[in-house]
Amino acid sequence: MKIRAQIAMVLNLDKCIGCHTCSVTCKNVWTSREGMEYAWFNNVETKPGIGYPKDWENQDRWNGGWRRKRNGKIEPKIGGKWRILANIFANPNMPEIDDYYEPFTFDYDHLKSAPELEAFPTARPRSLITGERMEKIEWGPNWEEILGGEFAKRSKDANFEGVQKDIYGQFENTFMMYLPRLCEHCLNPTCAAACPSGAIYKREEDGIVLIDQDKCRGWRMCVSGCPYKKIYFNWSSGKSEKCIFCYPRIEAGQPTVCSETCVGRIRHLGVMLYDADRIEEAASVADEKDLYGAQTEIFLNPEDPAVIAQARADGVPDAWLEAARLSPVYKMAMVWKVAFPLHPEYRTLPMVWYVPPLSPITAAAEAGKMGTDGAMPDVRSLRIPLKYLANLLTAGDEEPIAKGLERMLAMRTYMRAKTIDGVIDEAIARKVGLTSKQIEEMYHIMAIANYEDRFVIPTTHREATEDAYELRGQCGFTFGDGCMPSDSKVNLFGGVKLKNDKAKTGALG
Amino acid sequence: MRDSIFTILFVWYPYVCLTAFLVGSLIRYDREQYSWKASSSQILRRKQLTWGSNLFHFGILFLLFGHTVGLLTPTSIYTLFMTVELKQLVAVIAGGVAGVACFIGLSLLLHRRLFDVRIRATSTRMDIAVLIILWVQLTLGLITLPYSLTHSDGSAMLVLAHWAQGILTLHPVDASTLQGLDWPYLTHLVLGMTLFLVFPFSRLVHIWSAPVWYLGRRGYQVVRTRRVLTGRSGPKSTHQPAE
Repeated sequence: MKIRAQIAMVLNLDKCIGCHTCSVTCKNVWTSREGMEYAWFNNVETKPGIGYPKDWENQDRWNGGWRRKRNGKIEPKIGGKWRILANIFANPNMPEIDDYYEPFTFDYDHLKSAPELEAFPTARPRSLITGERMEKIEWGPNWEEILGGEFAKRSKDANFEGVQKDIYGQFENTFMMYLPRLCEHCLNPTCAAACPSGAIYKREEDGIVLIDQDKCRGWRMCVSGCPYKKIYFNWSSGKSEKCIFCYPRIEAGQPTVCSETCVGRIRHLGVMLYDADRIEEAASVADEKDLYGAQTEIFLNPEDPAVIAQARADGVPDAWLEAARLSPVYKMAMVWKVAFPLHPEYRTLPMVWYVPPLSPITAAAEAGKMGTDGAMPDVRSLRIPLKYLANLLTAGDEEPIAKGLERMLAMRTYMRAKTIDGVIDEAIARKVGLTSKQIEEMYHIMAIANYEDRFVIPTTHREATEDAYELRGQCGFTFGDGCMPSDSKVNLFGGVKLKNDKAKTGALG
Repeated sequence: MRDSIFTILFVWYPYVCLTAFLVGSLIRYDREQYSWKASSSQILRRKQLTWGSNLFHFGILFLLFGHTVGLLTPTSIYTLFMTVELKQLVAVIAGGVAGVACFIGLSLLLHRRLFDVRIRATSTRMDIAVLIILWVQLTLGLITLPYSLTHSDGSAMLVLAHWAQGILTLHPVDASTLQGLDWPYLTHLVLGMTLFLVFPFSRLVHIWSAPVWYLGRRGYQVVRTRRVLTGRSGPKSTHQPAE
């Protein structure tokens, strides 16, 4: 056993209102630069829909994630090492920028400089790559917002597999949910495995997956390897970039920007302890439906004295073990079992988990019943088909999702009985295998979701590994090249000057 | 006059180019890691790249390998296996096939770079210059083929090989020995050396980083730790087996 710790995330989709605040704050902080305009480290998609980039969940098309070979070993679906190198000159599994969208701005100036016209002047779109007029914007990070676009196209959503989807095209039966997406900071990341330069790595101390910008050579295999398509090729710098889990904030004990600014309080951050020696085993189980269970098996109980002792021996600081015991993520994923990994069938062992959303009861009559006698409706009568959620979160296994939804319904029913009727109904809790104390804690963490309950983040003890004396007078964060950024005026080696980089001259904004 | 020009071009210039090539690469690798990359434009346009890039790269790698082995293998060694005439024939045929493949690929890439609006807009002057130099260089190389066939005894090849070996062993041959060569050979040489000269200032540096070491990585995953530092600070990289 080799114990490592990771700061993991859970998103409670039941509370997501699809406001895109996470996306916008993330963009403002990390990707509002030339070459990255099209990239959204965090984006919110309306499901069902094919998403951004188009069709990202269709691994028959993009070949992301891992493939289990006949001998029981796994290798990246884009191929083993030889195959990856053979494809290095032209990557057959890479999306084009049009699969995301061509970045654009608008001719704002025309609004004030236009001469007197019969019609109002308009600001038409213009490409940020070529500077040319764009007649039509075709796609974007939230293109199918609130079920935008016709059902025939949206229903290509891979999660409809095994669902009789035609009736969901009818207005009366339609359903939707929001899916905020970011890098999953996987235990078994295919992006890192596919990187021929070894530039992508997982940090041992907090599990954050990063791209070393100095070591990246732009071979772009990571873009194909990642099944979530959360690695973006910066067309200006020629290097790949990805969500960095706001590691400078995490190291200081602060939540990521997307979590901090989430108005619905849907995001939780906490420590998970896992057995690094069993990653390969968990990612290689034969049946895809077992992958969710296999991943939960390598998570370790932070209350277990044997785990604590081993974790200490493996160098996990005490503050992290303490945080692991208070981890909201551990509670939701492992104790209450209401959170699930996104597409475990990709075999990446993702570490950003989701609480599936409840939805209205399909039949109005049943909806009326619910309030009166306190009995819980069958989760199969919820508007969002169970199979759809299962395809999204448990490789198609409906049982764990049903249990999770039942517990959330039980929490509602229990709290309604308590606060409206003044009755403590222990039976409701027992029915879903919980105690009333657990339900109240669930309510406290998931519904009330106070800041300090949502985010339990121990600081990184950098002082133990770095000599601050040596860091004096260094440049801090730059675009590589230490103190000699390649966008300085004169550069022998042809570094591209960033056109939008105003920071140098001090004219911010 | 002609003698001096030949001496400058074929005795001095090679060393200027080689020095710039090595020292420039070293400085850039040391100081400008962020600019060290393949500069792929595939994300912006896939069209013409799949065929163009594959044909070009496989062709040029073969040519690079062929030139290295062909020019630098001492005559006394390969004559153990084959005659000079046979070697030239092999070189002309193999080089011709690879050269044509490379030419098709390179032409596609050059067309794409010049006339695809997205690619043109995001190209640096050096990106375009390198492609044009390569295209001209390849064309010159192909033009030498019929010249080589006219003297099937391989005499020109021997002159060139001795010159190249002389440069690398720091015993350059007298430049006047090259004076009998036809113009395509000479221009091909000069432009070839120029490629070494511009190498560190262009995207060509990605050749140094051809990721062959990937094949030797144990397992797939890479984990870095800041803990357990022995000696000086700095991240420690561990490749863990079979994950």
